[in-house]
Amino acid sequence: MSRRDRLSGNEAVANAIRQINPDVIAAFPITPSTEIPQYVSLFKAEGKIDTEFVTVESEHSAISATAGAEAAGVRAMTATSSAGFALMHEMLYVVASDRLPVVMAVVNRALTGPININNDHSDSMGSRDCGWMQLYSENAQEAYDNMLMAHRIAEDPEVLLPIMICQDGFITSHAVENIVLEDDETAKAFVGEYKPEHFLLNPGKPVAYGPYGVSPYYMELKRTQTEAMNHAAAVIQKVSKAYGDLTGRYYDLIERYRMDDAELACVCIGSSAGTGKAAVDVLREQGIKAGLVKIRAFRPFPGDEIADALKHVEAVAIMDKTDSFSGNGGPLGAEVRSALYQHKCKAETINYVYGLGGRDVRVEDFYQIFRQLEDIADGEEAPAWRYIGVRER
Amino acid sequence: MKENLMKHISEKSPWQDMTPGGIVLGGGNSVDVRTGDWRTVSPKFHADKCRQCLLCFPVCPDSSIPVVDGKRLDFDYDHCKGCGICAAVCPFGAITFGEEEQA
Repeated sequence: MSRRDRLSGNEAVANAIRQINPDVIAAFPITPSTEIPQYVSLFKAEGKIDTEFVTVESEHSAISATAGAEAAGVRAMTATSSAGFALMHEMLYVVASDRLPVVMAVVNRALTGPININNDHSDSMGSRDCGWMQLYSENAQEAYDNMLMAHRIAEDPEVLLPIMICQDGFITSHAVENIVLEDDETAKAFVGEYKPEHFLLNPGKPVAYGPYGVSPYYMELKRTQTEAMNHAAAVIQKVSKAYGDLTGRYYDLIERYRMDDAELACVCIGSSAGTGKAAVDVLREQGIKAGLVKIRAFRPFPGDEIADALKHVEAVAIMDKTDSFSGNGGPLGAEVRSALYQHKCKAETINYVYGLGGRDVRVEDFYQIFRQLEDIADGEEAPAWRYIGVRER
Repeated sequence: MKENLMKHISEKSPWQDMTPGGIVLGGGNSVDVRTGDWRTVSPKFHADKCRQCLLCFPVCPDSSIPVVDGKRLDFDYDHCKGCGICAAVCPFGAITFGEEEQA
């Protein structure tokens, strides 16, 4: 039996980890993800899990210990945010290239410069090309659900890639919401046991991980990584379907909100989708054909699905909660436009950079964005990208 | 000799033949990697001058001086990288070292 509870996003993810009962967690505290390993250590102290909890001296060590444990043949997890995430950057590539299905809880927070503890996506977007899968969560329920699906996706023999389960710092991680938890037996049965084919602590079948990749092999090995990512989309859909059949909560690579006849649309990631949906509902009552596309999977990037969702739209706003400082907008803007061009979509596009360092994005901001989209659809010239929510003279 | 579980993979293999993550299957298989082709300068063994004092084989970083029944044999040129330490420790001039010694 599932049960209703009121939990923060961090509590929800920690409860998913309790139900998963991983063999090893190595983590280092950093706001706003600190609570996740903190709750897990409490579960351990209370005897609710038998996880080996490794208190390391840095995030570089946290991800390294996690990788070592996973290569040894067990389920290993970690959690981080912001600067801690950035300190893992080097090792994230190693975990992916070693094809270790590590699961990491990411609580998105701005990267320092200037120092800031609040939410944007500059941390995980900064490592978007490291070879990990990335699922983003709109709210605590999705963070919990994504975490329970993570191992089955990552450990699929067709995938064998690490995965980040991301949620927005404070907005989701610390806000308390009503959510549905599956009972422990159901959750454990869904997650299943980890049975790797190759692992280090296997005396009968020795293997070596992380060999030097000389030039005649490096590119072939990278090609295998991208093939695994090619398989990941279908596996995410398969696991999400099984989870939906079990719980009634269905997910896909993207969510199409009131998109069937939409003429104007926003594309966004994370908690802003909830705000955007509220704006769409009000605009629909006013007769404006507004819709919203929420990106759940950013890696693998669902370019075909996004282009399909936007194929009949007149104007679309692509919303980045980070700036690429490219002079050309943010990463979501670049990749969505690439997908639209590839599929010869006719929609006009504008890329917004918003919500940096915890800057609030309100329903009123979405009204403003949809008004701009109406003007663009009517033929008004607009810049390719711009900031919204920033004070201007 | 153990079976080489990686022998189906070479520098000509397509990416589809790679192991997941490039892991190396099987243990004790560094012998299968012929590091000897890194060598630009070579030692040469002169058996007539050798007194079998065995100072040379423990200093070899690549275990490329085989010892059988208490006596050293000629170099394992498949794995000798040509560092020259053996020639430096030999008290009897039984190991010469240079480009002209290529085996």
